[in-house]
Amino acid sequence: MSSAMQPAPQPRWMRWVESRLPIFGFLKDFNEYPTPKNLNYWWTFGSFAAITLVIMIVTGIVLAMHYTPHVDYAFESIERIVRDVNHGYLLRSVHANGGAMFFLAVYVHMFRGLYYGSYKPPREIVWWFGLVIFLLMMATAFMGYVLPWGQMSFWAAKVITSLFTAIPLVGTDITNWLWGGFAVDNPTLGRFFSLHYLLPFVIVGMVVLHIWSFHSVGNGNPLGIDVKSPKDTVPFHPYYTVKDVFCIGIFLLVWAVFVFFAPDYMGHPDNYIPADPLVTPSHIVPEWYFLPFYAILRATPDILFINAKLAGVLAMFASILLLFVLPWLDSSKVRSANYRPAYRVLFWILVADCIVLGFCGAYAPDEGVFRTASKAFTWLDLARIATAYYFLHFLILLPIVSRLEKPKQLPFSISEPVVKPAAARA
Amino acid sequence: MAEAEAHGHGGETRRDFIFLLGNAMAVVGAAAFAWPLIDSLAPAADTKAASTTEVDLAPVKPGQAITVKWRGSPLFIRSRTPEEIAKAVKDDKASMPDPQADEARHQDGKAQWLILVGVCTHLGCIPLGQGAHDKKGEFGGWFCPCHGSHYDISGRIRKGPAPKNLPVPDYRFATDTRIVIGEKPKKASA
Repeated sequence: MSSAMQPAPQPRWMRWVESRLPIFGFLKDFNEYPTPKNLNYWWTFGSFAAITLVIMIVTGIVLAMHYTPHVDYAFESIERIVRDVNHGYLLRSVHANGGAMFFLAVYVHMFRGLYYGSYKPPREIVWWFGLVIFLLMMATAFMGYVLPWGQMSFWAAKVITSLFTAIPLVGTDITNWLWGGFAVDNPTLGRFFSLHYLLPFVIVGMVVLHIWSFHSVGNGNPLGIDVKSPKDTVPFHPYYTVKDVFCIGIFLLVWAVFVFFAPDYMGHPDNYIPADPLVTPSHIVPEWYFLPFYAILRATPDILFINAKLAGVLAMFASILLLFVLPWLDSSKVRSANYRPAYRVLFWILVADCIVLGFCGAYAPDEGVFRTASKAFTWLDLARIATAYYFLHFLILLPIVSRLEKPKQLPFSISEPVVKPAAARA
Repeated sequence: MAEAEAHGHGGETRRDFIFLLGNAMAVVGAAAFAWPLIDSLAPAADTKAASTTEVDLAPVKPGQAITVKWRGSPLFIRSRTPEEIAKAVKDDKASMPDPQADEARHQDGKAQWLILVGVCTHLGCIPLGQGAHDKKGEFGGWFCPCHGSHYDISGRIRKGPAPKNLPVPDYRFATDTRIVIGEKPKKASA
């Protein structure tokens, strides 16, 4: 068989490098990494996030060559990129829509984790590294959106940085320090540009740690049971390299549809108005991927001795920070929701709740949900219900259900559900 | 039969073909992705639009010189007197680091107009000589104060470390008194 995998002896130069830095052995181990053979398509979204990170860094570095981080020139420099720089319209569109695609991939990736118990022992640290990456992404995306210095850029910066004034005693001082002044202005833009350039490389480091941590303990899989023998696995290359490349192709196709046919669809038209500190837009809204958090932020009333503004900030951060303790909130020993019928219902209700929160973030709080003039039921009311349910899910329902539910019978091994019926038929 | 198709000459299989095709497409894809990124560094449309400059020569009297900014560098435009032109032509055969006839450094019938890129060919300083009271060096043209290069009244390096004559840019006469710098002269029809 002419294409049998006979390992040829390594060329001398490769052995020279290998004895000084075992990079080829490392890559070989990576390619041959025994991966569970039953991973489904929900497992490809992590690779989408990785390729998106690379593309965002590459396009971002080239865009930064043409951008001017000064309040008087920023908006114009981006118009110059779009109009005058060779292929500038393409670079800008790929980068702007790429931010949205990055969050799309990561949200599906995170919900995959929630469904299949990817945060459960021994993968708690994988989950934590992922959450840190998510927080870094949010910071990076927020600062990146400020850079065009349009109306939405400026007012989003103003609203979100002003949140820090909610901190008791030192809030205003901290906020002035953040701003580099007494309001969002040129110093703020300059530091946002610097940090927006920096954080993606921090994310790269965190991704390396993230991948290392699940390579150490092994990938999770849809059945949620441990790999019992090498027969449950296939080498990462060529099976999952090819699968990932194919699925990345589809992902890039979706991205390309936005880039070429609807480049501004996910953006806000008001961001084509240069920033005016004296004119507030009628509706300040963040990009879609921040809408659920925006809804939580605006939902809280005064609670006891905490004013509504501070309560909103605390609730918004709490909604992410409580995910760090999820492995202890959900104490079921069964990982995959395939075998947890009660939890599976809760999961899908949570997905619906997050989508509802997203819509709540998009509308003005005082508008009626069902477009009734009476405004009996406003978006604020809905946001409060959805926010309350979000915390109810994690803090009350999960601990109870995970301790009380009766899971279905787990298969013995990954291969067993496939091999046994075939053997029975033989 | 299928096996005979699978094994082409020399033992190649369909798999080899697929590998080759797949890798070739990946290379093409990578190049297609890289090209816009690399080409975006090339001068943008507004930079290219600024690549030509029109200059009105009418106010420049013989013996006077003006400096014009073009593509980020200064341009020396000197209106030479007949004596200066004669001196430049006389020196055509003199020994110099970068021999060139004066005739090659101006356009036909326009010996009076000397248009040079005013950047010393040594290390890039801007030579003195445009102002009426500037030092003009030993040869009556320009003098670079950084390392002592002397250019003559045709802009040729005569003494000092500069290796080449002051460059003559592309330009054409739109009218007798207006030039467009950055464009070649239109070829005269036969």
